[in-house]
Amino acid sequence: MIDEKFDAIVIGAGMAGNAAAFTMASRGLKVLQLERGEYPGSKNVQGGILYADMLEKIIPEFRNEAPLERRLIEQRFWFMTDKAHTGMHYRNDDFNEEKPNRYTIIRSQFDRWFARQAQEKGAILLCETTAIELIRDAYGKVVGVRTDRSGGPIHADVVVLAEGVNGLLGTRSELRPRPVASQVALAVKEMHFLPTEVIEQRFNIKGDEGAVIEAAGTISNGMTGMGFIYTNKESISVGIGCLVSDFAENETSPSQLLDAFKKHPSVAPLIAGSEVKEYAAHLIPEGGYKAIPQLFGDGWVICGDAGQLNNAVHREGSNLAMTSGRIAGEAIFQLKSRREPTTAANLALYKKMLEESFVLKDLKKYKDMPELLHTQAQNLFLTYPQLVSKAMENFVRVDGKPKIDKEKDTVSRFRKARGTFGLIGDAFRLARAWR
Amino acid sequence: MSLEGQFQKVEEKLFQNRYMVDSGQPHIRITPHEKPSKNLLAMTHLCPAGCYSQAESGQVELTADGCLECGTCRVLCEESGDITWNYPRGGYGILFKFG
Repeated sequence: MIDEKFDAIVIGAGMAGNAAAFTMASRGLKVLQLERGEYPGSKNVQGGILYADMLEKIIPEFRNEAPLERRLIEQRFWFMTDKAHTGMHYRNDDFNEEKPNRYTIIRSQFDRWFARQAQEKGAILLCETTAIELIRDAYGKVVGVRTDRSGGPIHADVVVLAEGVNGLLGTRSELRPRPVASQVALAVKEMHFLPTEVIEQRFNIKGDEGAVIEAAGTISNGMTGMGFIYTNKESISVGIGCLVSDFAENETSPSQLLDAFKKHPSVAPLIAGSEVKEYAAHLIPEGGYKAIPQLFGDGWVICGDAGQLNNAVHREGSNLAMTSGRIAGEAIFQLKSRREPTTAANLALYKKMLEESFVLKDLKKYKDMPELLHTQAQNLFLTYPQLVSKAMENFVRVDGKPKIDKEKDTVSRFRKARGTFGLIGDAFRLARAWR
Repeated sequence: MSLEGQFQKVEEKLFQNRYMVDSGQPHIRITPHEKPSKNLLAMTHLCPAGCYSQAESGQVELTADGCLECGTCRVLCEESGDITWNYPRGGYGILFKFG
């Protein structure tokens, strides 16, 4: 099919793949990018929030041209019970800055744009093409890929696996393990369309301003999970995700869990009267630092979700993907410019650069968090939301009962639910995992 | 939160989506079985696209046309050999309009 040899083959046209392809192509490397979808983004799903800083380091002027939905000026955190939510809203007019910090995006549009930037720098993109096998030389070094198109193998000095959390190539080639049920979340999402002015009224925003809600509590039915509501220009993304192992144990239908979230009295009015235009599902890597596989070897590197590079605590995935793709591209370019071979020993540079970046520093900081969230799911997602909600009700409802009695009631509920030592233990465990 | 009450059928949700179905080439296959494993049976609840169902005879059946390619069944059922899992051929399967 393709006779020429490439400097690099990039598997996937998502955040990590596009960042890697752009970084290498713009430095003059010969790059082939393979995407199994009809167009970049057609297989990709995200909430989704884009953090500007990470894209700025790749394409500084992206704000002029990238398809962005809304710049975020308000973030809400909701702690939910069946009928209530206790919220913390952070809104700051400083976010109305010249170079906004965060945007909502729609992946199928964004990914097409991002891939086009790499193409304009010279990367060759082949869509509707699935890489099915890695080609190795006699010494086991990866030297190319075979695809599901007719024709022989395609050769390159290095293969960049940016194939997503559920990519088959890396796992079937035994470069990384198949995702484990307790280390991936299944998220389902619907796109609710509403007139722009209705969205602006309901979320108290105007122009390009946007607001997002992250929600946790009884909405996940005691499972480790979170819901989200993100404002786009003319639509609202509504979704919920929980660990696959929890879904399996609870035999819960993700679709029904999402429907219940949508019917919550705090959520329903926000999306009332909307037209749903898409229903999507996707896995999210949640294993954190301890689940990161070997990220490089002879002739290959792994970037983005495929490498479990996702910060579950801060809900950051795509920016770690972009950054790891960029760093992989830079490391490969360094080797190329020094005419050094793409051996494991040399590609270790990629891992070293990742360790010096926020990507692995952040993931290392929260290395104990996934386990805590998993083992403490009942407490964190059922018990505490209910306790907090009752405490708020005691504080807010005025009914002639002496305040001292109400405070005593609140304290005794916390003690009864978790015990004094339980409360101290919970605080200690959280502090330790956060450290 | 209780999950009682009226829910929208998953099939109705899938109608909003765009697919390029590879007719006669299902990308996921269930291994013939007499009694489904725990995980395979769980897929009748878990599959977000409702692709898995249990026949009256007890076996679990699969119609992969509405598959969202999330990989949940692969995570739970591939290693045990309950299913064989592949992506659809390049260009086929779910085509997210928004994603």
